[in-house]
Parts: sequence; C-alpha cells; structure tokens
Amino acid sequence: MELTVNGQRHQIDAEAGMPLLWVLRDILGLTGTKYGCGIAQCGACTVHIDGMAVRSCQIALADVGGEVTTIEGLGTPDAPHPVQQAWIDHQVAQCGYCQSGQIMSAAAMLALQGEPDDQQIDRIMSANLCRCATYPRIRAAIHDAARRLATG
Amino acid sequence: MSRAGRIARRGFLVGSVAIAGGVAFGAWRYTRPLPDPFAKGLPPGTEALNPYVLIDGSGITLIAPRADKGQGARWIQAALIADELDIDPAGARIEPGPVSKTYYNTALLQENLPVDPTDTGWLAQTLRAGSDVPARLLGLQITGGSSSVPDGFEKLRRAGAVARETLKQAAAMREGLSRADLRSGDGNVILPDGQRIPYTELAAEAASIAPVQDVVLRAPSQWRILGKPVQRADIVAKSTGTQRYGIDLAFDGMLYASVRAAPRGASVAKVEAAAAKGMRGVHSVVPIRDGIAVVADNTWRAMQALQEITIDWAFSDLPGDQQAVWDSLTAALDAAQIDSRPRDTGDVENALAAGAVIEAEYRVPFLAHAPLEPMNATVRISDSQCEIWTGTQIPDFVVAKVAALTGLGEDGIKVHNQMIGGSFGRRLELDFILQAVQIAQSVPGRPVKMIWSREEDFAHDQPRPAQIARGLGRVANGRIEALDLAIATPSVTTSWFGRVWRALPGPDATITAGAGDQPLAIPNYRVTGYRANEVFPVSSWRSVGASGNGFLHGSFLDELFAAAELDPLQGLIDLCNHDVSRRVLNELREISAWTGRAAGQGRGRGVAFCLSFGVPCAQVVDVADTPKGLRITRAFAVADIGTVLDPVNAEAQLSGGMLFGLGHAMNCELTYRDHVPEQTNFHAYQAMRLHQAPEITVRLLENGPLRGLGEPGVPPAAPALANAIFAATGQRIRELPLSRKVRFA
Repeated sequence: MELTVNGQRHQIDAEAGMPLLWVLRDILGLTGTKYGCGIAQCGACTVHIDGMAVRSCQIALADVGGEVTTIEGLGTPDAPHPVQQAWIDHQVAQCGYCQSGQIMSAAAMLALQGEPDDQQIDRIMSANLCRCATYPRIRAAIHDAARRLATG
Repeated sequence: MSRAGRIARRGFLVGSVAIAGGVAFGAWRYTRPLPDPFAKGLPPGTEALNPYVLIDGSGITLIAPRADKGQGARWIQAALIADELDIDPAGARIEPGPVSKTYYNTALLQENLPVDPTDTGWLAQTLRAGSDVPARLLGLQITGGSSSVPDGFEKLRRAGAVARETLKQAAAMREGLSRADLRSGDGNVILPDGQRIPYTELAAEAASIAPVQDVVLRAPSQWRILGKPVQRADIVAKSTGTQRYGIDLAFDGMLYASVRAAPRGASVAKVEAAAAKGMRGVHSVVPIRDGIAVVADNTWRAMQALQEITIDWAFSDLPGDQQAVWDSLTAALDAAQIDSRPRDTGDVENALAAGAVIEAEYRVPFLAHAPLEPMNATVRISDSQCEIWTGTQIPDFVVAKVAALTGLGEDGIKVHNQMIGGSFGRRLELDFILQAVQIAQSVPGRPVKMIWSREEDFAHDQPRPAQIARGLGRVANGRIEALDLAIATPSVTTSWFGRVWRALPGPDATITAGAGDQPLAIPNYRVTGYRANEVFPVSSWRSVGASGNGFLHGSFLDELFAAAELDPLQGLIDLCNHDVSRRVLNELREISAWTGRAAGQGRGRGVAFCLSFGVPCAQVVDVADTPKGLRITRAFAVADIGTVLDPVNAEAQLSGGMLFGLGHAMNCELTYRDHVPEQTNFHAYQAMRLHQAPEITVRLLENGPLRGLGEPGVPPAAPALANAIFAATGQRIRELPLSRKVRFA
C-alpha cells in the first residue's frame, strides 16, 4: 500500500488493518507520534490527514485517504512551526510525552478556527490527556500561537 | 551505548579528582572510599575526573544520576554543576551515567526519619546529619521523595567548583601564573591578558594534578543560571517530537514484545496459543513467570497475537474484590493494629469526654499511576551480559534483581536509563523490567523491546492504597479543643520494599505522613496510624502517604472549623506554630483576596494546608454550581521551598501537582473485581482534562530550608476542593472521588 507521510511517499507492506500509529512508529521509524491508550482516549497519537487532526491509533492503514503529517513534518528543532515555537516559549512540556499530540491537535484547530476562544479550546483540546496537567500553559501557548499565526 | 560509557571505554577520561574519598564527598564525614563508576575499562593509572563532570577533547558531559520523569531533574542537576563550572549547560551533554553507589541519595532517607520536618532541635538535626550513614550502606541511587534538589544542591555545585578550580590550576601551571589571577567563563579559563583556554584543551593536564579541594561555593547573588528563568534543555526536543523516550528506541535486528500477566494471586494453568503462533510477524510465544509474552516483528502484531491466546488462570484463594479492602481497613481500625502515633499532644480522651463529639468517617480509593508512556523496557542478553534500556527510579535494584534472575554477576548488568514519559511513582517498580529480561532470555543476542498495552498497565499497577479514617473532634468557646484522627492503611513501604529488595521492619512513616506531622497547635491533638493487611499490592503514588492523609486531615479540620464557626484560613493561621508555614498561609490569604468561605449564591471557597516532604503548601479553590454541574473557577497555591532554583519549572510543578490532585479527587478511583481493577483504560479513569482545569495563581516563598517540589503540590488540592464544595452547597463529602456524590461540569 502507498502512504504519503510528511511529503514522502512510502510503499508499505503491512496488513490493511494495522493502525496508522504502528505503521508510523514501527515501520517508518517516526516515533514522535506516541502510543498512550490505543482507544482514542488520550490523543497522544494525534496526526493530521489532509490537515485534519485524527487519532492514528484508530485509523487503519487501508483507511488513510490522504496525506499524513506527523509532528516531525510540522516543524523541526531548527525551524519549528509557530505552534511549536509557542510551546517552546511557554515551556509547556513537563514529561513531554503527550505534547506531540497536543501540538498536532492545536495546530489543526488553529488552521481552521483562527483565534479560538476558551470554550472552543476546551471542546477540542479536552480530547488530549496530559497526566502532568500542563493545561494552563497549553492554553496560554494556544492563544499566543493564534496571535502569531494571525499576524503572519 | 551512552556517551559516558563510550568515553570510559575509550579511556579518554581525564581526571583532576579521584573519586575515591574525593571531591564529591569531600564535605562528608565518612571517608570509606566509594566506588569509582568510571574506573572499569580505563587504562591503569587513569582516574575519572569526578563522578559528575567528564571532559574530553570534544566537549563536556555532565552526569545527572537522578531520573527525569518530567519533573525537570536532569536539567536542574546539570544546572547545579554548570553554574559553578562556568559553562552553558545547554551546550553540554547531560547523561544519567552508569549505575553506581557513588550516586547514593541522602536526602530521601532524611525524609523518613522519625522526627518532625519542622523540628530544628539538636536531636533532629543530628539524626538528619547521621542519615548519611545508612544511605551509604544501602547505597540507594534512587529518585523519589522530592529529594533530587536537596540531595544534589551541595554535592553537584561542589563537583562543578572543584572541576573549575582544578582546570584553572592546570592553566596556571602551564602558563607559569597563579591560579588566583585567573578567571573562568563559558567553558574557558581566562588569563589576565584576556586570552581564553578552552576547558577541553586543559583536560589532560588537569588529570595529572591533585584536585583543588578548597573551593568556596558561590553565593546566590553570584548565580548565573540558578534562580533565573531559563529554557530547560529538553524543551525544544519535547516540543518537536524529537525527544527519545525508552519506548522509542530501535536497534538493528530488534524484536518487539508485549505481555499478558496473571491477575493478582493467580498463575497460568493452561495456554492455547496455536492461532497466535500462526499470525503474521509472530516470532514466538514465550511463557514468563505468571504470564505469557508474544515476540513479533512489531508492537502491534505482538499485541494482536496476545489477544488470540486463550489463557486459563488458576486463582489462589486470596480475596479479589473491593469489599475485602474496605473490610480489611475497618478491621485494622477496630483491632487497634497501631503502627505509630506520631502526634499525641494534651489529653485527647479527657478533652473528648468533656462534651459533644463530632465524629466522621472518611474514605479514599486506590489510585493508578497511569503515566502516559506505557511501561516498556528493551533488553539484550548474551552469555556474560544483560543490557537494559529503560526508565527507572531505582537502577541499583534493577541490577540486583536482574543479576539474581539471570545468574549473571552484577558487573554484567548494564542499565541505560532513559528519559521517562511520566511516572508519579510507577517507575519505582521492577515488574515490567523483569518481564522484559525473561523475554530477552528466550532470544539470546537479540534486542527485544517489550511494551505494555494500556490495559496491561491498569491491570497490573500497584496503586496508591485505599484508606479509611475516623475523626473525632470537639469544639468549644469558638476554638478546636480536640482532634483525634485514626488512619487505617496498608504500608506502601513494606509492600514496595518487599518487591524490590526485602521487607524492612519497624513503623512506616508514610501511614501518617501529611497528618501526624502538621505544625498545628491544637491543644488536644492525636494522630494514629493503623497498619491494615495488604489485600492488593500498593505503592508510592505522587506525594505518597500525604496524598490521602492530606484529604483526611484537611477535610476533618475544616469540619471542626465550621462547627466552631471559625474562618478556616484564619483558623489555620491561628493554630499554626511554624513560622515558615504561617507565612505561606498569610501569602495565600493575600493572593486569593480571602474574605471567607462564602462567595455568593451557588459559589464557595475552600482552603487546605499540608506540610509534606518538608514543604508547607496551602491552596484555595473556588467553585461555582452551574447548570452543567460544579466547576472549579479559580485556584491559588503557595509553597515554601527555601530557594527557587528553577523558577519556570517550579511554577509548573506546583501548578501541575495541584491539578493532578484536583483531577484525581474529582474523577478517579481504582476498584477491584475478580482480582483485577474494573478500570481498564483512560475512558474509565479521566483524571484532569483541559476543560476542568482552572487558572492557577502560584507563589513560591523562600523562607525555609531548600526542598524539592515534585510532590508537595498534590496533598492540599483534594481537601481544598471538598471544602469549597461544602462552602458552595453545604454538602460535606467524606469520600473520594467527589464525582460519586456530585456532578462536575
């Protein structure tokens, strides 16, 4: 099966039912996307498919109908995406394990919503669990990133 | 192999300071030499620089032996060394180093001494100073108890200072100058004419001279990194998906595995695995102690195949249901299985007999650690060596237990500690590591990465214990006359030590921690710990005994304040007999603009205080009763940690600790049925999520002794919230989670 991840095409020899998460992690070696629960309850595995945030633990390889972007494709340490830069500036991460998913959810939300209010942030970001409870900084970083994106 | 390991093996190490009896412990009284963790593999006559600083031609490596689970330990250890060494820690390699008794933890043992944390008397100080002896005998290289900062504060700075002065001495000898005329900065020795010599160029010469021991540590006013808002070294990696955790490792030829272990007290009776063995990518089905593993060519295939295996369990006659836990706790109280009575002031019996008694029973549930990175370990075994890549807080115990399991000598066990995706105490356990070793034994020579499913994590956590407490109190003349709190709980210390080492005799201070050690001058005041039988294994959970006791004590105290018609914050201030704690309470009153419990129709404010791990912490929670349910609208937290070394991270630890406490108090419990928890994944264990997380105003004070802050933010959160609900609704909830009684928005 063919799969496009971060702009690169791959031929994947795997079961149609293998979740995208494990294709990314164990076959393509893209380990920035995390396994946390396997049932779409924690959001650590969030990636984009054609810009939409999805839980990659719940998308079978055969059902991937678009181009996949992972945290590695969003930005890099040398050239971070504005959302990643906001996360860096606010020092959001504690253990950091959930933050790939948090950032991917936030980036997709901001691409659609512009400058979301707190209720919109609550609705979308409550699907991403942070066991360290970095939520106040997540909220601050999202507002900050929204301003940066709005001013280009 | 880690950088430090490679350096040691190549023999590039240069030493200005011999570790034996040397620099890191120069200030300590016991001179029995500690082992040199880098000595092995070095050519004869070569000495390690010191156990925390390695310099070779290509750069500087700082050894941070305390594990980092998100509390920022790795960074603060590096910063403590670097501030004295005069380097930018962000430009250094920061590594956990090898397992060695050299890296033993003194501060943790101090916390478990039988003296009040606020006692600065001669005996208490002497006991604390003396705790170096058993720590060194035990040689515990352990991360826990909010101890990394107090343990490392002196010895890591001293390591940096000795290395700096020794490098300056080497430069002085090379240039024919006096060391006093030289300065240092940004990884260089600076000569009087401004010429700079990089440390890396001086390393070889520094190795050949006696270490400079007579260093004077810098005053806080001279600190460049400590106490300043700086960017932690792991922040960029953790914001770009490039931080590698144990679960992310990959090696050539690596196999993947997952396990299903027997419920509590059960063993494997019969296994039907034919279907699993025929599945794509499955390498083998491996029996392990009380469980089954599948080895495959990726994680998902291993997990899928596990689901196709039918296992019949043989159950023991141990109880397997939650009711047995409550029965055991009740029985412990009734049978007066007294473990300790750390507080017994005045005459409680007589004071209670003098009038009407307020009586209440409180309960707290089991709680799972459930860090977001599932348990995992990667292991490769050969005839002579077992290499383990995992995140652990107890590397010494890993070495000892794996040596016993494999029959290899301890010298053959190599632990490569990894950055950890959350722990909350879970990485104080060995279960998952010992499983991974057993699996690797079935495929000698090949690395195997074992990952637990989240369901396995919930099924096989050793949770925070459930507790029952009975409070008796009497108020008269507008004051609390008597408070008598009896707490029943199994001993986490006995349970845990029994698993990782051997059970220790004596009372367990954690049974009453956070309740029996509070700086309050109640005239008749008694706190008693009752040791209940362990129905299910239990373990340390962020803030340990204080996590439950803070709620039991802080809630019952609030009941007595209410009965006495006292303002609870003023009441705490008036009772407080510890100046550092009183200043915390006063600051909380200031920042929360406290005027009382009442906050208008359907609104209420709650306050609670808990001194834990030597840190007084007080919190206010505001709640509002809305059509969708109760909502926490604001929160305030104040703590005194003596010296704030990393202000950005300290704020995060206090805020995160409070939210961690609030989320579990609202939403979480682990209940057993048929030998396993009923909660199998995060859908049934919501903890805190963003929509329930309030804005928190945090203040850190610096009046007391230096302390760590990973845990003390947790204990006051649950009682502050329950007390706020009482203020808003009149409902006194004596059982967690609060969602059993009220609905949250």
